[in-house]
Amino acid sequence: MTPQVIETHQLTPAEYDKIVALLGREPTYTELGIFSVMWSEHCSYKSSRLHLKKLPTRGQRVLQGPGENAGIIDIGDGYAIAFKIESHNHPSFIEPFQGAATGVGGILRDIFTMGARPIAVMDALRFGSLDVPRNRRIVEGVVSGIAHYGNCFGVPTIGGECVFEECYNGNPLVNVFALGVFRHDQVFYGKAKGVGNPVIYVGAKTGRDGIHGASMASAEFTEEAKQKRPNVQVGDPFLEKLLLEACLEAMQTGAIVGIQDMGAAGLTCSTCEMGSRAGTGIEIDLKHVPQRETGMTPYEIMLSESQERMLLVAEAGREEEVFRVFRKWGLDAVAIGHVTADGILRVKDHGQVVAEIPNRDLADEAPLYDRPHSKPRRGAPMNPPQPVPNRATRAAIESDLAALLGSADICSKRWIWEQYDYTVRTNTIAGPGADASIIRIKETGTSIAMSLDGNGRFCALDPREGTKLIVAECCRNLSTAGALPVAATNNLNFGNPERPEIMAQIVESIEGMAEACQVFETPITGGNVSLYNETLGEAIWPSPVMGIVGLLKTGQPTPMHFRNPDRAVILLGGFGQTDELHFGGTQYAKVILKSLWGLPPALDLDYEKRVQRAVREIIEAGLAESAHDLSDGGLAIALAESSFGPAGIGARIAIPAQPRPEFLLFHEGPSRILVSTSQPENVLAIAAKNSVEALAIGATMKERLRIDCGSDTLVDCDLAGLKRPWETSLERMLHQS
Amino acid sequence: MDVQEPGVLLQSNLPIKFGVVVFPGSNCDHDAWFAVSNNLGQKAEFIWHDATSLGDVDAVILPGGFAYGDYLRCGAIAKFSPVMQSVRKFAASGGLVLGICNGFQILVESGLLPGALVRNRGLKFICKPVPLRVETTHSPFTAEAVKGQRLTFPIAHGEGCYIADDRTLDQLEAEDRVVLRYLDNPNGSMRDIAGILSEGRNVMGLMPHPERATDPLMGSTDGLVIFRSMVSAVAQVAVPVLSGR
Repeated sequence: MTPQVIETHQLTPAEYDKIVALLGREPTYTELGIFSVMWSEHCSYKSSRLHLKKLPTRGQRVLQGPGENAGIIDIGDGYAIAFKIESHNHPSFIEPFQGAATGVGGILRDIFTMGARPIAVMDALRFGSLDVPRNRRIVEGVVSGIAHYGNCFGVPTIGGECVFEECYNGNPLVNVFALGVFRHDQVFYGKAKGVGNPVIYVGAKTGRDGIHGASMASAEFTEEAKQKRPNVQVGDPFLEKLLLEACLEAMQTGAIVGIQDMGAAGLTCSTCEMGSRAGTGIEIDLKHVPQRETGMTPYEIMLSESQERMLLVAEAGREEEVFRVFRKWGLDAVAIGHVTADGILRVKDHGQVVAEIPNRDLADEAPLYDRPHSKPRRGAPMNPPQPVPNRATRAAIESDLAALLGSADICSKRWIWEQYDYTVRTNTIAGPGADASIIRIKETGTSIAMSLDGNGRFCALDPREGTKLIVAECCRNLSTAGALPVAATNNLNFGNPERPEIMAQIVESIEGMAEACQVFETPITGGNVSLYNETLGEAIWPSPVMGIVGLLKTGQPTPMHFRNPDRAVILLGGFGQTDELHFGGTQYAKVILKSLWGLPPALDLDYEKRVQRAVREIIEAGLAESAHDLSDGGLAIALAESSFGPAGIGARIAIPAQPRPEFLLFHEGPSRILVSTSQPENVLAIAAKNSVEALAIGATMKERLRIDCGSDTLVDCDLAGLKRPWETSLERMLHQS
Repeated sequence: MDVQEPGVLLQSNLPIKFGVVVFPGSNCDHDAWFAVSNNLGQKAEFIWHDATSLGDVDAVILPGGFAYGDYLRCGAIAKFSPVMQSVRKFAASGGLVLGICNGFQILVESGLLPGALVRNRGLKFICKPVPLRVETTHSPFTAEAVKGQRLTFPIAHGEGCYIADDRTLDQLEAEDRVVLRYLDNPNGSMRDIAGILSEGRNVMGLMPHPERATDPLMGSTDGLVIFRSMVSAVAQVAVPVLSGR
């Protein structure tokens, strides 16, 4: 092996020496390829593993934590849910449509490979500025890719979030979350148990697509990125739908021992991981692998990331039962080898051994780095570039409110989510646009709420506090829907971990996440790490994304919108604290002042938890006609969003004179929820019981939003006019020329 | 059926049996099954696409989805499925066939309904609840509705723009075979057509999803009227057969 060959496989000389030591000889070319993908950052988590251990992973409801294809939690009545989030950032930049589509396909397979039927998908998207034509094309491509795959597969895409920042110009983020449901006794694991059992390949034929996709996802982009287009896989959602039905049906036969999808690193990863988990070996002969191209080398077959393929181990002698199911669905199912006792992945090509590596060396012996970390790189100065101007007049506040409502991050994302089938499977109780999405489980009569959240601005200012704020908001979204948060999955999107200031962001973020998840009792059951999100040396902001699920009784959801006039509007949690230093990460600072500075809003985790408990009790007692949490854009935006419902009900609100109105209306301090109610005394009593501040700040009224401060009126707008920029601006920005 | 006309023997207490056809790629099959069995209290069973017989079902639903991946053209491959032979015969003998979304596309491709369904005007997939107007109650699918009644069903399709030549459209209108019209045309369908009937009035195709509007939790129960009408129609037809046993 020449140093160049080793380098093009993104292995360091030290890593190569370790391979030689483990094997006791030089690897073959095929073996080098196998090691390079299994030891890539994407598959091995070599830079993050050490720190991921700090995350809480256990809880009363956790049936399966990290390490499997997806985490599993108990939802009662003998049922469980499997869920996970995964990124497809790099492929989506190179080929937005297919990159995003196969991102959906990959996470769906992670869910149904465990025996669960996927019942919900959500996505967290980050794009560069819409002023750049290329970014607009990426948005169109990614959204239609997600729609194409999810709609055809027949899983509802029920929510998510979408944010636009300059730092994602050369590096969009596409994080897809999926959730499935099954009975406890239907759970399947990726274990190759039982020496002599056949190893069966099912699904699509293997082609040359996606070779080295995992390694590509483990490197920064350079000018040549577009040449990597062949590394992006092509998805076929119809085939995946057949694969889903066939796998679930085959699992019913009782003949399947273990199963794993072929995702990143394809046949390589599925064979060695299944063997490693069971402490067994696997021997396959590539001549049996269904191929759609001629002349493929063993190297190419082992590293292909062709989509819609699964590897399963069946009970010896019962292969025919499995084959019969796959024949019914018109899918390839072929025995390509068997489980052995020696713990070795042995790959043959027409009988000739081309690779022979202990499974453990691939799956568990990957390098583990404690990479040096310094102080996190700050994305902005501490002080505002200039003093925050006085914009407290009615004209300025109304114009700033309109500007924020029409800004890319805050405006309605209807243009995106109307392209997703969010009602298929007839379980969607609360779909896109709500604080949390809610799916009912037909089998149990209970419901699952879920929310995805991230905030790159906050994390750019302080990754530790920013991440805590994300966890808090994600849980607050669930609580505002009346659900108790119970478990979480995370997607850690960062730059190059070999740079100490980036590694520091990763460490700080994980530690913040650990602390917050501990407090909210939402253990992390699995997730994904996506590093090297850099193009031409420019890293994205630290961008962890949380996906948290909560449980609630099935019933009509508490909407975020005001429903009736003359109801009390209660601000649970109070007006909150802010000052210039903690105002620099707000949407107001971004959109109106065009700058970023200081620190994220201050968070008291204990207070946050009590606010959330209070709102759940208020909802459970049937006291809330509406509930909506305060987040991007603060109080003013939450009031406007609450007023944009079908009933056309706004509100008249009074605010105190201190702090200054711009801060009070637009700061993004956490732990605050707007509730409308006909029984304010009872709501205030529940707040008091939880030692939470709650203020009656006004009343709902028809067709207008009015905000007074003393004798001054700061906002007095009719809802139709206020809603227009919010509703129309995304499409306008996408179609600007 | 709450009120029975005196002198008319209705067997409305006996559940009827819906057959829900499953093509490879159907993905609203379970939704239709759940709507008629759970939300309507009728019997329902799945019929695999290569079945050569429909068994003893009283009505057939071709559900939504992407049969055969909608490759080539929506519904273009599904029409060759063995089960479609039986569906054709069933329809020819007066049996009720309801095609929803992809099922509508398959009925059109199969020639059981006229016209064609092409890409939405905006070229994008659209998912949203849409208001519809009942144009005729002279059909076994809408007999229990009121003419002019407003119903809200979700749509979820990329190729739901109904087109036909003027003569066909004129004929559909002259024969009172336009069942549902969009009040706010989302996809560019000619003459706002959302659903149509066959000449014999026993086959209906529509792009909106009535089965997704059969449960208050989903935000609407407007779809129940379609399935209730079918149940009544089958029960009325069934009377002489049942009483002759």
